[in-house]
Amino acid sequence: MTGQPDFDVIVVGAGLAGAVAAHQLAQAGLNVALLERGSQAGSKNLSGGVLQCQGLKTVFPDFLDQAPVERVIDRQQLCFLNQSSHVTLDYADQRLRQAGSAVTVRRARLDPWLAERAEAAGAIVMTGIRVDALLRQDGQIAGVTAGADELRSRVVVLADGANSFLSRLAGLRRAPARHQQAVGVKATFKLPAETIEERCQIDPAGGLALTMVGDCTQGVAGGGFLYTNRDSLSVGLVLNLGELVRRGGDSSLLFERLLAHPLISRLLRDSQLLEYGCHLVNEGGLAMVGRTVFDGLVLVGDAAGLTINTGLTIRGMDLAVSSALAAAAGVTRAIAADDTSAAGLKECRDAFDRSAAGQDLRLFAQAPAFLANERLYGPYGELLADLMFGLHHLDLSPRRHLLAQARRSLRRSPLSLGRLLLDGLKGARAL
Amino acid sequence: MNPPPINQRLAANRFILDEAECHITVNQPLARASGTADRLIACCPAKVYSWAPDGSLAVEYAACLECGTCLAVADPGTLEWHYPRGGFGVHFREG
Repeated sequence: MTGQPDFDVIVVGAGLAGAVAAHQLAQAGLNVALLERGSQAGSKNLSGGVLQCQGLKTVFPDFLDQAPVERVIDRQQLCFLNQSSHVTLDYADQRLRQAGSAVTVRRARLDPWLAERAEAAGAIVMTGIRVDALLRQDGQIAGVTAGADELRSRVVVLADGANSFLSRLAGLRRAPARHQQAVGVKATFKLPAETIEERCQIDPAGGLALTMVGDCTQGVAGGGFLYTNRDSLSVGLVLNLGELVRRGGDSSLLFERLLAHPLISRLLRDSQLLEYGCHLVNEGGLAMVGRTVFDGLVLVGDAAGLTINTGLTIRGMDLAVSSALAAAAGVTRAIAADDTSAAGLKECRDAFDRSAAGQDLRLFAQAPAFLANERLYGPYGELLADLMFGLHHLDLSPRRHLLAQARRSLRRSPLSLGRLLLDGLKGARAL
Repeated sequence: MNPPPINQRLAANRFILDEAECHITVNQPLARASGTADRLIACCPAKVYSWAPDGSLAVEYAACLECGTCLAVADPGTLEWHYPRGGFGVHFREG
């Protein structure tokens, strides 16, 4: 042992998982460093924008009032988008606003706020520091190296995001398979708040989350989204990497194509582009989580592969918070018991597995396989639009009952009734 | 609204350029032979990769948004890619 460790815990990465873990650990009285490679917390982070915030509210009871959140989502739209048509399921509910469980966020605003909270709780926040590798001593992770510097700690909490190069470099985790990852591509557009409220049919206190499947990815498994911030719109695509490569898709062109779709183009009229960004998204669900606790080290958030793709949305940020809370509790206990081996840190994983988020991860374990079904990204949207067209286009032919019209649309579609029932059943089970 | 082309989209961003160090290195012959080059050109949302007039794969590392997609789709050994040094690279103001 080369002297005493510099810190009880080093947390790598000031995203949601890292900042919340650092906050909890500091509050438990531990000596904590939170390291971030960006020159400011959040400057490297990007999300679609909808945060399920019930977990954060348990940590910060004043979260909705004090944190820089944009809008409470009280209107959800699911849109099957075709080249020249779309069919939308529109759901608005005042209960959603009262519950305030889903809010839009901009990470460049939210993450600095969380880092400040961690700092106020006593954590030392160091930005502009890229951690290059994990330090080992006597077979146990014992700190990190950053450039020529070595920082030692009893435990490292690794919150270095979806790429988690540090765990790969240390041989703790392998790079995920292509089909377990997606790329999210997003731009933010400035518009006056009143214009957003008018175009998206929301109240000043409310917000819209629009999810699109179908033509926006040109058959690539994934989808599009449009979320309302206070005075900007976040518009983006999530494209499964395995499928993007297989189909030879161009992510930048697909994004431009989404912006050009009449549905989106109309909402963005006269807006000003603020920023363009992209980020990797884990999509493998439970199958890609694997081992998250090692001797002297715990992985949290995206670094642990934690996401749930429910078909309507990809949850990641709330899982990051849940895993951070579990990790902080487990690390605090391990340090108190003076056993920071994987066995001593076991509670970090067990507490997460017991949490609602951990249970959800198991519940949706079959979702990734179902969502890989390419029929979801073309034929189904076209079938729906064809059915709606048949019902609404009154040519001079005699009308048909709904069922007969549906049969006719189905005959014209590459889908069969058997296929439809089977997919329906699989979907109901997986989602 | 006409979709802004990639150069306009990138121009809206803030970048802190590390002039001393490029964080991307391509194994040119292997990237071309394995088809990785075409994949990088198509998949990178920032259009960091393109064919140079001399037939090599050009890398505009200053425009990198640091997502890691290129590394995820590259064949082993074709690409070295790591995060820029601390404090450098893209600086999201919205995120």
